[in-house]
Amino acid sequence: MDFLNAVVAITNLLIIPATTYGAQLALGALGVTLIYSILRFSNFAHGDTMAFGTVVTIGITTLFQSWGISLGPLPTALLALPFAVAITAVLLVGTDFAIYRFYRKKRAVPIIFVMASLGVMFVMNGLIRFMAGVKDQTFDDGTRFIIKARDFKNWSGLDEALALRTTQVLTLVVAIAIVAWLFWFLNKTRTGKSMRAFSDNEDLALLSGINPNRVVMVTWVIVAMLATTAGVLYGLDKAYSPYTYFQLLLPTFAAAIVGGLGNPLGAIVGGFVVSFSEVMVTYVWKKVAIYLLPEALEPNGLLQLMSTEYKFAVSFAILVVVLLFKPTGLFKGQSV
Amino acid sequence: MTQSMRAILFFGFMAALFIIEGSTNFWIFSGSWNTSLVILNMALVSAVMALGVNLQWGYAGLFNTGIMGFVALGGLAVVVTSLPPVTESWSAGGYRIILGLVLGALTIAGTILMRMKLPQGRLRGVLTLAILIGGFFLYRAVFDSGVQAVEAIDPSVTGNIGGLGLPVLVAWPVGGLLAAGAAWIIGKTALGLRSDYLAIATLGIAEIIVAILKNEEWLSRGAKNVNGLPRPVPYEVDLQQSAEFVANAASFGLDPVTASTLYVKIGYALLFTAVLVTILVLSQLARHSPWGRMMRAIRDNETAARAMGKNVTRRHLEIFILGSAVCGFAGAMMTTLDGQLTPASYHPLRFTFLIWVMVIVGGSGNNLGSVLGGFLIWWLWVKVEPLGQWLAQVLTYGLPEGHWIAVRITEAAAHMRLFTMGLVLLFVLRFNPRGMLPEN
Amino acid sequence: MSEPFLIGDNMTGGYGRGPDILHNCTISVNKGEIAVIVGPNGAGKSTAMKATFGMLNVRSGAVRLDGEDITKLSPQERVMKGMGFVPQVRNIFPSMTVEENLEMGAYIRSDDYRETMEQVYDLFPILRDKRFQAAGELSGGQRQQVAVGRALMTKPKVLLLDEPTAGVSPVVMDELFDRIIEVSRTGIPILMVEQNAKQALEIADRAYVLVQGANAHTGTGKDLLADPEVRRSFLGG
Repeated sequence: MDFLNAVVAITNLLIIPATTYGAQLALGALGVTLIYSILRFSNFAHGDTMAFGTVVTIGITTLFQSWGISLGPLPTALLALPFAVAITAVLLVGTDFAIYRFYRKKRAVPIIFVMASLGVMFVMNGLIRFMAGVKDQTFDDGTRFIIKARDFKNWSGLDEALALRTTQVLTLVVAIAIVAWLFWFLNKTRTGKSMRAFSDNEDLALLSGINPNRVVMVTWVIVAMLATTAGVLYGLDKAYSPYTYFQLLLPTFAAAIVGGLGNPLGAIVGGFVVSFSEVMVTYVWKKVAIYLLPEALEPNGLLQLMSTEYKFAVSFAILVVVLLFKPTGLFKGQSV
Repeated sequence: MTQSMRAILFFGFMAALFIIEGSTNFWIFSGSWNTSLVILNMALVSAVMALGVNLQWGYAGLFNTGIMGFVALGGLAVVVTSLPPVTESWSAGGYRIILGLVLGALTIAGTILMRMKLPQGRLRGVLTLAILIGGFFLYRAVFDSGVQAVEAIDPSVTGNIGGLGLPVLVAWPVGGLLAAGAAWIIGKTALGLRSDYLAIATLGIAEIIVAILKNEEWLSRGAKNVNGLPRPVPYEVDLQQSAEFVANAASFGLDPVTASTLYVKIGYALLFTAVLVTILVLSQLARHSPWGRMMRAIRDNETAARAMGKNVTRRHLEIFILGSAVCGFAGAMMTTLDGQLTPASYHPLRFTFLIWVMVIVGGSGNNLGSVLGGFLIWWLWVKVEPLGQWLAQVLTYGLPEGHWIAVRITEAAAHMRLFTMGLVLLFVLRFNPRGMLPEN
Repeated sequence: MSEPFLIGDNMTGGYGRGPDILHNCTISVNKGEIAVIVGPNGAGKSTAMKATFGMLNVRSGAVRLDGEDITKLSPQERVMKGMGFVPQVRNIFPSMTVEENLEMGAYIRSDDYRETMEQVYDLFPILRDKRFQAAGELSGGQRQQVAVGRALMTKPKVLLLDEPTAGVSPVVMDELFDRIIEVSRTGIPILMVEQNAKQALEIADRAYVLVQGANAHTGTGKDLLADPEVRRSFLGG
């Protein structure tokens, strides 16, 4: 019984949240890694891109709600998502047209692109503040729980509760669908293969007649999809605020680098490595210890390795360890 | 137009802006010398920060996105240097905290030492884990009990260990030292890898430093802020009570209150100017030294410099530490100016990326350019909001009050800052990438 | 004599705005031929070939393909016109499979390229065995075969090879030369730059010795091999 209670406790507050968060990070990191492998720079505006997509989704959701459109038990935001992706894609392709293309033509060094992405970050940050202000916003209007804590307790007779929120399941389902589609696209379609070729060897890709502008444009559209989805799922699961989204940049980058920058599979694994480390280090292990250890060894403290405020330190520590010992990441990423 | 002519022209323009601010109440100008000095003082601090970043970026091409962290460390330096020690806290748990930190440091040092001595293999891996885990729990046991004891002491007033009780000016170089230490750790890790990695690593360390300030109440009081930091200049109240000062003020035709605020702000301005000029001169000297020339040679062609046997990573580490130290110094100056440490106010867009805009707009690699950028961009940062409001007024002229468009535009004006800074950065990068005062 | 199929005629030029590297240099290849460019290091061998492919600024002279002036065309446009080019280094997509490499070679084709792919596999049987392996994991010689195969996928009218045997062992080198001869037997004219002058001249129908960006000796491979001066200066006696 104690063992089951411990398992439920771990599942409820560690495995479920970490998996959800990991899926959100993985989608974000996939966007970062795609930009890195095709456009060859670390996009500092990625956090704000996620925020922009989310803000647009919130706007459209509100509109739908006012028209009385809803998805029943699912959040209306899911219906708004495709429209938001389209709008974000227009913004990103427009940004590329207005800003990055110029530097690509000049074959500028990556750091100049990064600088330009700082400028874009500022502008987008201003833009989302114009559009949605700075306050926390929640926009989940679906059924909150699939498994309610009380129901689970009654059903299982355990002391520990287990709750499963709709958004958590939704995050996983949507993330798996998108990742599956992305891998199919990259590995099976002509356009997807041409993107991989461009990422592998730009000069040879050009010699083979691959149109760089098309590759770049498709990349931005996919990035818009990944970033918007990641942002919306995160917002549904937690809440939207411009600063939180900006701060997502660090774990997202960490996930991409840990997995191997430029490697899509690595980005996904990296997302889960970062999320599980974060949650495990900030998890209060006391309850689990009480269930599992003999009474004599019962801990007095919370058994929390680090307080939640330091979750960034975890992303960062993983980042440093990887940079020190395996700079190309767990999966072989592009050159260091 | 020659370079020096341009410099004189631009700095003259800046000076004019500050004079108009002080003397004319018109458009977006307040006509208050007090406001003008407030902007000027922060501009001076910003210029010092920009000089630090220019050392890293302009001289060596290093991309540091953790300026906020180094600035915050400077702020912390003011607290731990200049506050009087809280004796009860020290006897309650202060020494335990220090012991805990020492244990933590020993754990890391021990691990590194052990890894250097032992050959690679399973034993080394197991020992590494054992030392790290054992050390961590030992550290937490000692450290946590100390922290609890300290934070329990009069939490609404202190709850922290205070500082060394040294003069506040000492805190400025200490801020530089703290920042240099953090820069050393980061540089050791991320320099020598691709340039983006340094950017991401510094972004991370900055967030962590600020998280520490926000959460370690025994050190920085966290959200409770540290107020009443000592000042290097007299207090206004004391001045107003001095008969001599009041008499002097009267001879200028000023009332004591105005005179005392101006006096204090001018005092800061003079101090900051002295620092700015010193760092500027030192930077210029460094730039024209063999060391500076080598640095630029490395920046312009790293491969060639490496091939010639230059230790590029080592040089990069040096300049990274130096530039970060300057930022830490400036951070200490800023906290001194504020008279308080508010950990929640450190925001990367304001303290990291804004400084970047200053350096790029002013002219990467040119020290005078960075100073100019610091002044101009800070001035803009302050004035964009009134400008936005003015613009909103013009745009909504003729609309009835409370019309939704008018409301929307006026609201939006409040968020003009980031937007404008982004546009400025993008425009300069695109059309004038070498900045207002280009490197010669 | 009618004009050769591909000719870089009297070319003078250099990279971008840089100094001239080629001086009145002429190289050409005819249908059914293998033409090789040899010469000492820094003689501008690769440069001369790249000039015919549009990778540098030809300030005077002309490049003609099948009688058409293509001097002003970009490399990509020349690929469309039927030129296949295999760079010396970075000539494959390392993380993609062998088959995907070939597919990317056929990227500009809108017709069915499976037949061409079969031909490539027939020419390089080892690639058929490794078709689902990442090209970057193959050995040096196999990678060169992928590179040549990729270029063949466009069904080029002429194939340019930049030092195809650089950095491979002598055994592999002999095998690669055999393959190149086979490619040439399928009717594709081949222009190649070679470091290993002797072996290259042995298979060459037409050969150019360049010195400092200018033609020094021209003739058939056999002629040049027999030429005492060529032997003395470039072939080590």
